[in-house]
Amino acid sequence: MHPFAYEAPTTIDAAVALLDKHGDRARPIAGGTDVLVQARANRWDLDAIVDVKNIPELTEISHYPDGSVAIGAAVPCYQIYEDQKIRDNFPGIIDAVEMIGGIQIQSRAALGGNLCNSSPSADGICPLIAYNAVCHIAGPGGDDNHRDVAVEDFCTGPGSNVLARGEILVSVVLPNPGDNFGAAYERFIPRNEMDIAVAGAGVSVKLNAAGDKFEAARVALAAVAPVPLVVPAAEAALVGNSVSDDVIEAAAKAAGDAASPIADMRGTIDQRKHLSAVLTRRMINQAVARARG
Amino acid sequence: MVATFEPKSEYKVIGTRPIRHDGLDKVTGRAVYGADIKLPSMIWGAVLRSPHAHARILSIDTSAAEAMDGVHAVVTNADLPQAENEMVDLGEGATNLKWAVDNILASDKALYAGHAVAAVAAADRYTAEEAARAIKVDYEVLRAATNVDDTIADGMPAILEEFVDSPGAQESGHANHVKEFTHEFGDPDAAIAGADHVVEGEFNLQMVHQGYIEPHNATAVWDENDRLKVWTSTQGAFTVRQQIAAILKIDESRVRVTPLEIGGGFGGKIPIYLEPVAAVLSRKAGNVPVKLVMERRSVFEGTGPAAGGKIHLKLGATKDGQLVAADSTLRMEAGGYPGSLVGASGMCIYACYNIPNMRIVGYDVLVNKPKVAAYRAPGSPQVAFAIETLIDDLCEQAGFDKWQFRRDNAAKEGTRRGDGPIFPRIGMEEVLDAAKETDHFNSDLGDPAPGNVRGRGFASGYWFNVGLQSSVNLSLNNDGTVELVEGSTDIGGTRASIAMQAAETLGITAEDVNPTVVDTDTVGFTAVTGGSRVTYATGYAAYNAAIEMIDKLKVRASMLWSIDADDVQFEDGVFSSKSDPELSIAFKDLAGKLGDTGGPVTSTGSVDLEAAGGAYGTHICDVEIDPETGKTDVVRYTIVQDAGRAIHPSYVEGQMQGGVAQGIGWALNEEYYMSDDGVMSNSSYLDYRMPTSLDLPNIETVIVEVPNPVHPYGVRGVGEVPIVPPVPTVGNAIKDAIGIRLRETPMNAGRIVSALGS
Repeated sequence: MHPFAYEAPTTIDAAVALLDKHGDRARPIAGGTDVLVQARANRWDLDAIVDVKNIPELTEISHYPDGSVAIGAAVPCYQIYEDQKIRDNFPGIIDAVEMIGGIQIQSRAALGGNLCNSSPSADGICPLIAYNAVCHIAGPGGDDNHRDVAVEDFCTGPGSNVLARGEILVSVVLPNPGDNFGAAYERFIPRNEMDIAVAGAGVSVKLNAAGDKFEAARVALAAVAPVPLVVPAAEAALVGNSVSDDVIEAAAKAAGDAASPIADMRGTIDQRKHLSAVLTRRMINQAVARARG
Repeated sequence: MVATFEPKSEYKVIGTRPIRHDGLDKVTGRAVYGADIKLPSMIWGAVLRSPHAHARILSIDTSAAEAMDGVHAVVTNADLPQAENEMVDLGEGATNLKWAVDNILASDKALYAGHAVAAVAAADRYTAEEAARAIKVDYEVLRAATNVDDTIADGMPAILEEFVDSPGAQESGHANHVKEFTHEFGDPDAAIAGADHVVEGEFNLQMVHQGYIEPHNATAVWDENDRLKVWTSTQGAFTVRQQIAAILKIDESRVRVTPLEIGGGFGGKIPIYLEPVAAVLSRKAGNVPVKLVMERRSVFEGTGPAAGGKIHLKLGATKDGQLVAADSTLRMEAGGYPGSLVGASGMCIYACYNIPNMRIVGYDVLVNKPKVAAYRAPGSPQVAFAIETLIDDLCEQAGFDKWQFRRDNAAKEGTRRGDGPIFPRIGMEEVLDAAKETDHFNSDLGDPAPGNVRGRGFASGYWFNVGLQSSVNLSLNNDGTVELVEGSTDIGGTRASIAMQAAETLGITAEDVNPTVVDTDTVGFTAVTGGSRVTYATGYAAYNAAIEMIDKLKVRASMLWSIDADDVQFEDGVFSSKSDPELSIAFKDLAGKLGDTGGPVTSTGSVDLEAAGGAYGTHICDVEIDPETGKTDVVRYTIVQDAGRAIHPSYVEGQMQGGVAQGIGWALNEEYYMSDDGVMSNSSYLDYRMPTSLDLPNIETVIVEVPNPVHPYGVRGVGEVPIVPPVPTVGNAIKDAIGIRLRETPMNAGRIVSALGS
């Protein structure tokens, strides 16, 4: 690591200009819980870090009249789990932000940063996919160059994503999930905290009014593919079917089959496929319970 | 020194729980550690390490680094005095000097990924790191062996050429597989053939690291008299002095080592890594101070872990429950240089039991991983895993009660240890009896969460504890307080335990004694803080110094009273005349009259002690397991241990709990996870999974006191044996919970799910 500049712009345009100027020799930083560790490990050769915590749009939680919520990209985990409306309406997000790191990490680390770090094992991304969240991205060229990308399309590989030179994640927007909707996220770690997912599953379901039939579903897996893995086969196994152990088990099996993990120090291929099925089953059940209220 | 002491039970200071003398400095962050050192003109060093597990070093080009702004010096092995294959004592027995030097900076070959190859000193830390990366090393990559099986694979090259023709290697058939010893007694083959019940198992353990929070560090400078001054985090300043002097080929008296506070060691801070590098960088940079601090990855990849290895064990018992035979082969990984500490494994494997027919064969196995260092009872947890697991298996096969079988066969005074010594008074039977009386042993398992299962296991362990040399200086202040100067670095509350023994002897309070750990110029030779020896041996030296001080003060009292010194007695902190009851003076009052009786009173104590008499522990553990995920939680844990005498019970309990915490990590998650090409993949605390506070229950402690008869206060040493039983204790609990036996560490979630699924 060599000396680098610390920039703290107060507007999106200023941040974009800095990132555009430095390209891959600058990184935006919110909590710094990934970027600073990576810089010390020489993963980046940096001329500047661009602190985005002084930009209002990135540091706010905005609840809209239609029931949707925009979470600024630099909002730390603790502000999310202390927001009562998010707790009430998006409990699947709370599952994730309460388990990332420990208390100290949660007070710094941002959900948007978790997304931009684009780790396959990120705890924050699968539940965002389950809520059909959308990334609001700003880029060079002013308002004309803002664009929206679905979270499930954001990551392109381990540590890489769709952000182009100069682009910055402003916020993630979660639409109003509506009635009879439930979502949940769980991961497997061998310890009880301060650990990284061996596998994770984020699930959402929308049930019929009677609460006994799946009308829509999202299933996303963490740490079992180069990117957070959406499993259409598991979703298809649920949609249109009655809520039953057999149906749920079929979806869980589909998740296990779809998982294509590597073996590393965190787990074996078989273990991760097995965990994908177990966690998917458990999270479908949890999501159903939440959908039924 | 052979003296025996009658056990006492009435003490004023011993057995109490005063606040430790160094406590306030540590909890307020004022204690000075190695990374805090700042000296005038100080510059920073950085070390370049091999990315290859096994490689010939063809050339090193340092020119680009030397040309960088701010770079003061670049060194390689060529800057160290060249060592031949000669044996030297570096504080832990004889070792080959060339290996010791090559482990500091590699010469012809890099023997593990993380092996130091070159170093830079520069104006600041980051410049030094950038410059180190600019050094170009041309490697010829060789095939790497990262476990016992690899070492004997066809075509595996010899890691050290010296062993190709050695007798130990010829006996094993491979240069990387060096036979160390065979201990044999009775007729194990006949006894196993004649046994009613025979069990056999092979156990496979991965290397684990001590996981001390504070990374290694060293600051060195050559002073105006060309003496080398070193500040470092170490378990033994004198051992550091010894190693530096041997490696740099200078007299020990030309080296002064100042030990700073130490953020954990557990055996891993006995060997040195950075000190000679800082010394040669300082020399080459013009004798300015050079500071080196490792980053976490280098601690994992470049410093000594505990041996992994393969242990094969066979046990035989009669139908009425007598353990009659044991036969074991220990193949322990030493890392790139010899020294797996398999010898200690051989001393410990059978030490809990009386086994009339036995054999132990030990091999030191060279692998392309960092050179093993001591880790808390080094070599004993591995063999405890084997024997305590197999005893459970034997009991299950034969229908014996697991506690009764252990009690019936327990080692006691007169039992022969596997490698030959006959035990003095030991506390194995008392520990087992105390374990059986615990609430935990007699409680129900309780209800697991829905879908989960619970199980309970217990196991015992032994560590021999050492004595060795220690020195203490005392000086009496006018106010009756005492300065205590010692050479034992304090890694477990030993300032308190040593000061308390001096205070007890002098009849004053623990707070009246002010203990200070000093550099190698300032106190007599003191061996490492290791082997659970400090409270035993340095405490004994403090006792001797206190006795000498009392003798001197008796003379001072006799001068005050104009009586014969033989007429003065000392009891309960008061000097008095035996013949005239009117004449008495308290210790503190006499201290105020030193000026009238000849001036200052100082005293010294030094000892060279035999082994402390071994320590035993029995542990009980309940686990709860989610069979679908393999997640294992330790939900209750009790440790019962013989301390001889607990000088400061809180720190004895702390040692017991700390050993258990590390042992639970070893059992469940910790391992050197090596990539196919021999690089440690999990060299960070994110992926080297030590337990956090959320992964441990309150660890219940029961201190058993069977006083050690050769110590004035009965101390045995407590620091190491608590890490011996946890691996088999947890393993036996897992077996009880899921019905499947795991014989490989770590017994992690993946292995449990895999075992349940197959």
